[in-house]
Amino acid sequence: MIRKERAILALEDGTVFRGYAAGYHGETVGEVVFNTSMTGYQEIMTDPSYNGQIVCMTYPHIGNYGVSIEDMESNRPYVRGFICRESTESYSSFRAQGNLQTFMQAHKIVSISGIDTRSLVRRLRSGGVVKGVIAHRSHTHPEDAYGEFTVQEEAALVLKAQNYPDIDGRDMSPEVSTELPYVYPTMVKGKRVVLLDFGIKHTIIKCLAEVGIEPIVVPATTSPTEIMALRPHGLFLSNGPGDPSAPKYAHETAWKLLGLLPTFGICLGHQILGLAVGGTTYKMKFGHRGGNQPVKNLLTDKIEITSQNHGYAVDADSIKDKGFKITHINLNDNTLEGMAHERYPVFSVQYHPEASPGPHDSRYLFDRFIEEIHAFDGAVGTPVQKAFTGRLGV
Amino acid sequence: MPARKDLKKILILGSGPIQIGQAAEFDYSGTQALKALKKEGYTVILVNSNPATIMTDPELADATYIEPLTVEFVRRVIEKERPDALLPTLGGQTALNLAMELHENGTLEELNVELIGAGVTAIRKGEDRELFQAAMHKIGVETCKGKMVHSLEEALEFQKEIGLPAVLRPSFTLGGTGGGIAYTLEEFEEIVKGGLHDSPVHSILVEESILGWKEYELEVMRDNNDTVVIITGIENFDPMGVHTGDSITVAPCQTLSDVEYQNLRDASIKIIREIGVDTGGSNIQFSVNPDDGRVIVIEMNPRVSRSSALASKATGFPIAKIAALLAVGYRLEEIPNDITRVTPAAFEPTIDYVVSKIPRFAFEKFPGTFDMLGTQMRSVGEVMAIGRTFKESIQKALRSVEADVRGGFESMTVEELRAKLYPNFKRIGAVIELLRRGETVEQLFEATRIDTWFLEQLKEITDAEQELLELGPISTWKYEYWREIKRLGFSDIRIGEIVGLSELEVRALRKAAKATPVYKTVDTCAAEFEAHTPYHYSTYEWEDEVRHTDKPKVVILGSGPNRIGQGVEFDYATVHAVWALQEAGFETIMVNSNPETVSTDYDTADRLYFEPLTFEDVMNIVEHENPIGVIVQLGGQTPLKLAAGLKAAGAIIIGTSPETIHQAEDRASFNALCERLNIAQPKGLVAATPQEAYLHAEKLGFPLMARPSYVLGGRAMRTVYSTSELKTYLEEVYAEVEGQPSILLDQFLEGALELDVDVLCDGTVAVVAGIMEHIEAAGVHSGDSACIIPTVHLSAELAAQVKSISERLALELGVLGLMNVQFAIKNNIPYILEANPRASRTVPYVSKAIGHPLAKYAARIAVGHTLEQIGFLETPVPAMYSVKEVHLPFLKFKGVLPILGPEMKSTGESMGIDADPYLAYYRAQFGVKNKLPSSGKALLLGAGLEEVSSILQSAGFEVALNPILEAGSALPDLLIDTTGSQLLRTALEMGVSYVSTKEAALWTAKAIARAKGVVLGVVSLQEWQAK
Repeated sequence: MIRKERAILALEDGTVFRGYAAGYHGETVGEVVFNTSMTGYQEIMTDPSYNGQIVCMTYPHIGNYGVSIEDMESNRPYVRGFICRESTESYSSFRAQGNLQTFMQAHKIVSISGIDTRSLVRRLRSGGVVKGVIAHRSHTHPEDAYGEFTVQEEAALVLKAQNYPDIDGRDMSPEVSTELPYVYPTMVKGKRVVLLDFGIKHTIIKCLAEVGIEPIVVPATTSPTEIMALRPHGLFLSNGPGDPSAPKYAHETAWKLLGLLPTFGICLGHQILGLAVGGTTYKMKFGHRGGNQPVKNLLTDKIEITSQNHGYAVDADSIKDKGFKITHINLNDNTLEGMAHERYPVFSVQYHPEASPGPHDSRYLFDRFIEEIHAFDGAVGTPVQKAFTGRLGV
Repeated sequence: MPARKDLKKILILGSGPIQIGQAAEFDYSGTQALKALKKEGYTVILVNSNPATIMTDPELADATYIEPLTVEFVRRVIEKERPDALLPTLGGQTALNLAMELHENGTLEELNVELIGAGVTAIRKGEDRELFQAAMHKIGVETCKGKMVHSLEEALEFQKEIGLPAVLRPSFTLGGTGGGIAYTLEEFEEIVKGGLHDSPVHSILVEESILGWKEYELEVMRDNNDTVVIITGIENFDPMGVHTGDSITVAPCQTLSDVEYQNLRDASIKIIREIGVDTGGSNIQFSVNPDDGRVIVIEMNPRVSRSSALASKATGFPIAKIAALLAVGYRLEEIPNDITRVTPAAFEPTIDYVVSKIPRFAFEKFPGTFDMLGTQMRSVGEVMAIGRTFKESIQKALRSVEADVRGGFESMTVEELRAKLYPNFKRIGAVIELLRRGETVEQLFEATRIDTWFLEQLKEITDAEQELLELGPISTWKYEYWREIKRLGFSDIRIGEIVGLSELEVRALRKAAKATPVYKTVDTCAAEFEAHTPYHYSTYEWEDEVRHTDKPKVVILGSGPNRIGQGVEFDYATVHAVWALQEAGFETIMVNSNPETVSTDYDTADRLYFEPLTFEDVMNIVEHENPIGVIVQLGGQTPLKLAAGLKAAGAIIIGTSPETIHQAEDRASFNALCERLNIAQPKGLVAATPQEAYLHAEKLGFPLMARPSYVLGGRAMRTVYSTSELKTYLEEVYAEVEGQPSILLDQFLEGALELDVDVLCDGTVAVVAGIMEHIEAAGVHSGDSACIIPTVHLSAELAAQVKSISERLALELGVLGLMNVQFAIKNNIPYILEANPRASRTVPYVSKAIGHPLAKYAARIAVGHTLEQIGFLETPVPAMYSVKEVHLPFLKFKGVLPILGPEMKSTGESMGIDADPYLAYYRAQFGVKNKLPSSGKALLLGAGLEEVSSILQSAGFEVALNPILEAGSALPDLLIDTTGSQLLRTALEMGVSYVSTKEAALWTAKAIARAKGVVLGVVSLQEWQAK
């Protein structure tokens, strides 16, 4: 409890946090971000949107209820590294099938605990996201895991952080998207919807299936022709990692299909839709990652507490003359959270209505989507008008 | 939607005297609401019978009625003030029930008062278990299999369906009074019978047992736009079966996955919508089966509660304040989050630390009651502690609670320890000790059903104790070891115990290794936004967040957990000190560990440290802040005990010095002083052994007042009338109190008139603020005696003598601030009983009775102001009589006889104000819910009650004076029994008005006679003070 194997977190700005080794013994590098959710560590780890990132949980105790196959958001963890104040080995839950430590080790997730995570978060808040390296002592000094890193070693790790390529400008979809299309099993025969996979979370697919959609998940690079060949009733643009402005092919796909199908986008999917119509995106200082973000639905005036995970946002002004109306805004910083096309059954949100982890306040959006799909007679190759004026926000 | 303009005047109901289940948290919520609504421009009217509260300060409401919280009195306030709305959700169950009665008897409709916050339907649905179950069924939320029964027969019939154990909950009772768990059929019948009686609607819920399941609470808020947010989840350390008020609890939930937590969140939202709480906060309790996750909703409170106070302090989200603003029409999104200033209150707090709450009990005050905890709440207070991990947090909480939860466990055998694993407040101590002895987590889980995660965490603590010894000599420990050890929550004292050093030695070594705490901020958002409120807790990390300023700082130490003898009065005094010193230009720093209080509202002091009140934790803050002084004399015994240690370590104690405090507390030096000043004292001697005690008793003569040295609130204090009684007493004391304390024996002045005097002194001038005459004679603890200002039976000459003695004593001792002196008058001689050079529990009551804020004056004296500057040079002569009466918690302690003695047992107080002393007494009785009858049968038992009898007869009572009692005869309407018979207990349980002392009997009779045919009007405190 008192003596533990050492690990350090070295940031590109030269700051070094000295803590203890957790998870897989090794070294890792990535963009350091923080998440304020108090539950859902496994969902966060396995959310492909975190590809390339080292996630710091602000809640200090992580691992309390173990891990469960039901909480997988994809088939493996995508975080590059994991930071928490206290990584608990013991767990208690009837749902658990194992402990977090073993899970991280099995998936080679390098983690650090015991550092002043609050101080790290304050740093990220004021200085913005930075790149960092987590290094376990045993990785380089297996004979002396409890020993201290030298100043030179620390400096070398800082350099490693500096040299890691920026996420900005990077299209990460190829790293996370499905290689082959697949049909997700459903209970009943539903409406066929093509899900463009930029790194989709499992719960999104499940939520779509639950409202009566037959999801066909296709690679991010699938062309509009290929999509239309599947004779879908709708199109879904998924969440995912990386810079939304990078995958130009996706913007093109979204643009070509705009209005031809009822379309719903979440997170990266929302950003791609914004970029497709000529809007712009920007990198936020430290993003929104957590389960307590208040979002106002401008149509109903209702407030939803939402789950979020994004480092980029669509510039609200940039889509105003592009046929889209703002439907949702973030009450904390007034950023754009949702938009809907003025004429077509096309809408998107920046936040995560599927939650997982997080509150379920926004799951009604899946109902809105299926309503539009039900009113849709099938693609005709020309833009369709939305069936329910007002329901989607405009 | 902005605030409603159609409302101008709003009535707020307080919760009355502090009692078990309804304590200082409602002073906190009421104070927040008053401040918020007044700031919005509303005229705010308050009714609360409890003078010890901050909310009843005349500055807070526009009109403050210190009147009984009964339908009759509140109706008179409504008739006089004609408010537009009544906000009933901030004064606990008392206010909610009262609002319902005012609705049901038509008052609200007749006088056009709108109920805001929660409507009648919502209150009914939330409180009436049958309606609640139906509502839950409708929305598909599972409830416990249960049935509302109205008779024993019905109960027995249903019991066959659900088996045993069965849980019994009477409707509409406070803190679950009368409820319980029945393990046998006999218990079942007994509890059902009692519960049917206690319930005002004579119904009781019989439920299947979910004992041992995990228990959770969610604090939920809703606004008129149907935005619902969860402020926090709370997980109980003690599983189902222990009232949540008596459980150790932790925030946030520790052992729920997101799937399960969101399931509870979804259910909570459905519930608050279905119950129909339009605006404000609710508390919803769930039970979760650890084996399969089955969720059952237990209950919901459609109002601000004790848990919401805890949730507010745990997260920094001020639930009561927001609830008040929502009630007048605001939406959550329109209210800014005070802490971040830039984000709205429409969000869910997220925290980056762990909060533990540990309740504080008073079983030692009620000998003969079994300390097993159940569904009826019996704790009298609580502490909260914040740490970055559960281990740090729980260890901080354990040292905050100031009660010995380790209870001599070190010397017990494993078998004995296992026998202490039933639900009791020392159980956590037994669990820890068993872990130390190698008991496994699985074994302990089987025995206690405490979740294994918590047990594993405790095991990490005990494992670390072992590891500590393997780290080499403590003097060689590097910073990192210290940091890791302190991060586990170990105090210097505990480290010292393990390695064999004193606290100060450990402290010195720790500081030499540069292992000092940093202070983090409670900010509702886990540092996502910048925090503007300085609400801090200590931990051992890298970065400190306290923003230092150049202003002169004063640290004010709070009073820790509420307990019998040290309650909300001290919170009142410390908060007043904060206000006074802020006005005087100082930066105020509050340190306290009690989440129920106004002092721990981040809005009160300039800086709040939510920390244990121990030498180590306080001294760390002093060294961190470097204040010009520390005030210890306003928070009761807790800070006082720390004074000498703090001073020795270099803290500057301002106000009365620790030496003066010692001089007054130390018997020998105090006796010498009295002798020198020629002040009469009852003769007394100290006995170190029983033999010596018998010898002293012979010298002094019986009756004697006996007590162990250094006790609080009259612990183990008793009057003894003979050698055999003394023998019994000594045996009991030595059995109960550890070690062999010396015993103080004093002449007992039987039948003497007792006085309490509060005096202010600035070192050169001393002024008596008020002389209180006790209703009960000497022998009843001053904290349990009713009393009156100004005095009624004290001659002017004696009053002058008492005043002069008190002032002389204050000057001689060198008091800088407040002092409380107790006198007993016998044969026209004032004997001094004790002098306490600190704020006493009478301060708020006297302040209100005389119209001067004494604690503020004391704080100003501490920073050098003189009484002349303050403008307080004469003893004030109030325009009215103010009577204080006490609330006693006997009902919660089965089988205990409700009689008064030298050991304090009351939990709270009421005040009655009137131009007539007896009518003031009458009001005070109603203020503690003693509804004196105005006619009927009176049964008088005891000697010397002839005058009482004749007064009651003239008042129209049918009086029986010392009749021969037949078994099973009906209870009277008024019982006066000075013989201490079992009838008192029966009267208590049956809700019959009773009096147990001769003096109170006379006052009661006179009060009833005086009130006959008189309509008692209502006068606000502000009106009284203007007279």
